[in-house]
Amino acid sequence: MSLVETLARPRAWRLPRPDGLIQWIVPLLIILVWQAACMFGLVSARVLPAPTDVVVAGWKLLQSGDLAKNIWVSFWRASVGFAIGGAIGFAFGLANGLSSLSSKLSDTTLQMVRNVPHLALIPLVILWFGIDEQAKLFLVALGVFFPIYLNTLHGIRTVDPQLIEMGRIYGMSNLELFRRVIFPGALPSVFVGVRFALGIMWLTLIVAETIAASSGLGYMAMQAREFMLIDVVVLSILIYALLGKAADSASRLLERLTLSWHPAFQKS
Amino acid sequence: MLEALHYILADSRATEDDRVDTVSAPTAARRTGDAATRGLSLTIRGLRKSFGDNDVLRGIDLHIPAGQFVTIVGKSGCGKSTLLRLIAGLDAPTGGSIAFGEQRQQGDVRVMFQEPRLLPWARVLSNVEVGLGATRNSPDARNRADAALIEVGLDDKRSQWPAVLSGGQKQRVALARALVSQPRVLAFDEPLGALDALTRIAMQRLLEQVWTDQGFTAILVTHDVAEAVALADRVLVIEDGRISNDILVDLPRPRQRGSAQLAALEGEILRDLLKGSEGAFEL
Ligand SMILES: Nc1ncnc2c1ncn2[C@@H]1O[C@H](COP(=O)(O)OP(=O)(O)OP(=O)(O)O)[C@@H](O)[C@H]1O
Ligand SMILES: [Mg+2]
Repeated sequence: MSLVETLARPRAWRLPRPDGLIQWIVPLLIILVWQAACMFGLVSARVLPAPTDVVVAGWKLLQSGDLAKNIWVSFWRASVGFAIGGAIGFAFGLANGLSSLSSKLSDTTLQMVRNVPHLALIPLVILWFGIDEQAKLFLVALGVFFPIYLNTLHGIRTVDPQLIEMGRIYGMSNLELFRRVIFPGALPSVFVGVRFALGIMWLTLIVAETIAASSGLGYMAMQAREFMLIDVVVLSILIYALLGKAADSASRLLERLTLSWHPAFQKS
Repeated sequence: MLEALHYILADSRATEDDRVDTVSAPTAARRTGDAATRGLSLTIRGLRKSFGDNDVLRGIDLHIPAGQFVTIVGKSGCGKSTLLRLIAGLDAPTGGSIAFGEQRQQGDVRVMFQEPRLLPWARVLSNVEVGLGATRNSPDARNRADAALIEVGLDDKRSQWPAVLSGGQKQRVALARALVSQPRVLAFDEPLGALDALTRIAMQRLLEQVWTDQGFTAILVTHDVAEAVALADRVLVIEDGRISNDILVDLPRPRQRGSAQLAALEGEILRDLLKGSEGAFEL
């Protein structure tokens, strides 16, 4: 076997690209400093448990099955609420962007509703739905609706009119014009809406689960507080952070795949 | 913008596809005939266009024989683009008529603008396929688009995104898109206006080349009088909403840039454009 071959081999399973690792350096450093601070007694365990304690607490909850169940419940609420609110927001965005009748009918109303912070509806929602699943789904869907609606609408309204005229000149039907010109032109803006919506989705879910729930991560954290289990409280917060990051990464990936034409996504 | 969209989607007016008429002459036979006579002739009578109380065109009378290369010059705002849009059927005239020598069919009249207007999310080849109109989904669409790209010398860019092309290359893709349906009238609204001097000259040669090859009727609006005389069989000057001067350029092709005859003609047209506007010259 030649030397070249043996040298070439490690490349087949090389480590992730350095760019991918760099972003994790700071979180890792924070955890190390945190661990050190706890071990040397700079921070009392009642204020902030050491990362290792959090891991142990997580491990226990994992073994009892509670952790997986609560994560699943929260994840389910987040995705179903997002799907419902996102789909409705997208549909209204399309309708109001494409038809002046629809826009005249509903845009003013929607803009008015938008100015009510959706979390202010929590008391009303509890009266309507109690602490059932519908309550959480309703709040998440409502929170997600507006960023998606507004950005879809904006995206459609700002499609280059010269491109639309070009499509007309070359004989595109309405459907084709939508598929080839308007929709792709609005897509970058829709993704901006999705990223905003993901942030609002987690925020809404945390608040809703802390106030009105009997399962889920927020509920787990609230219950742990009652029993002074600070390690579980911190664990829940960390899991929220990780889920939020995962959702954001997923939307970025989708964006990279669908917007590969966009100069901002082209490899140099 | 909003209005434009509403108009576009609610509008069920005849688009180009609907205007297809069945014409006695079979298309294939006509198109494979002598290239030099493939263009459509054009007769414009008493054409007027007003925007509100702004009378932009006040009676244009013009006959363009089939296959002629006409350039239109005039001061900014004199209505050159307006005239071109009327010819291309993008806007409706306020009065008068535009008649083509034969019934025009889908894809017979194409326009190129100063902006390439490429779809950024479609690769170069798909952008050219857009030019095929209703036949863009037919099996030979790809081949025809490829042929058009070869014609403008960009076949090696067929799978690129428009964003990575230079300004001149984008404009060549737009030209390929206009050519792919084998138009019989091609209207250009300052297609080279945004290009640097060298690219401009290369593009002028290309335009002349495809015009010679394909024999369409060419109508080119330009700010550049040198370009107008270098390319045209005939230069039209528009002033006060009318054709104020109609100059035949009877010089052999290919023309030598900077030759005395071209320079003399250019000087004559420039003087004509500038006359009466000393001190009040509007750029
Ligand atoms: N859609 C429109 N609505 C209202 N006025 C218009 C419209 N299009 C053109 N005009 C007016 O018509 C006149 C002629 O415009 P046009 O674009 O045809 O000029 P042009 O000769 O092409 O000028 P340039 O050389 O600067 O391109 C201008 O006064 C312009 O303001
Ligand atoms: Mg113009």
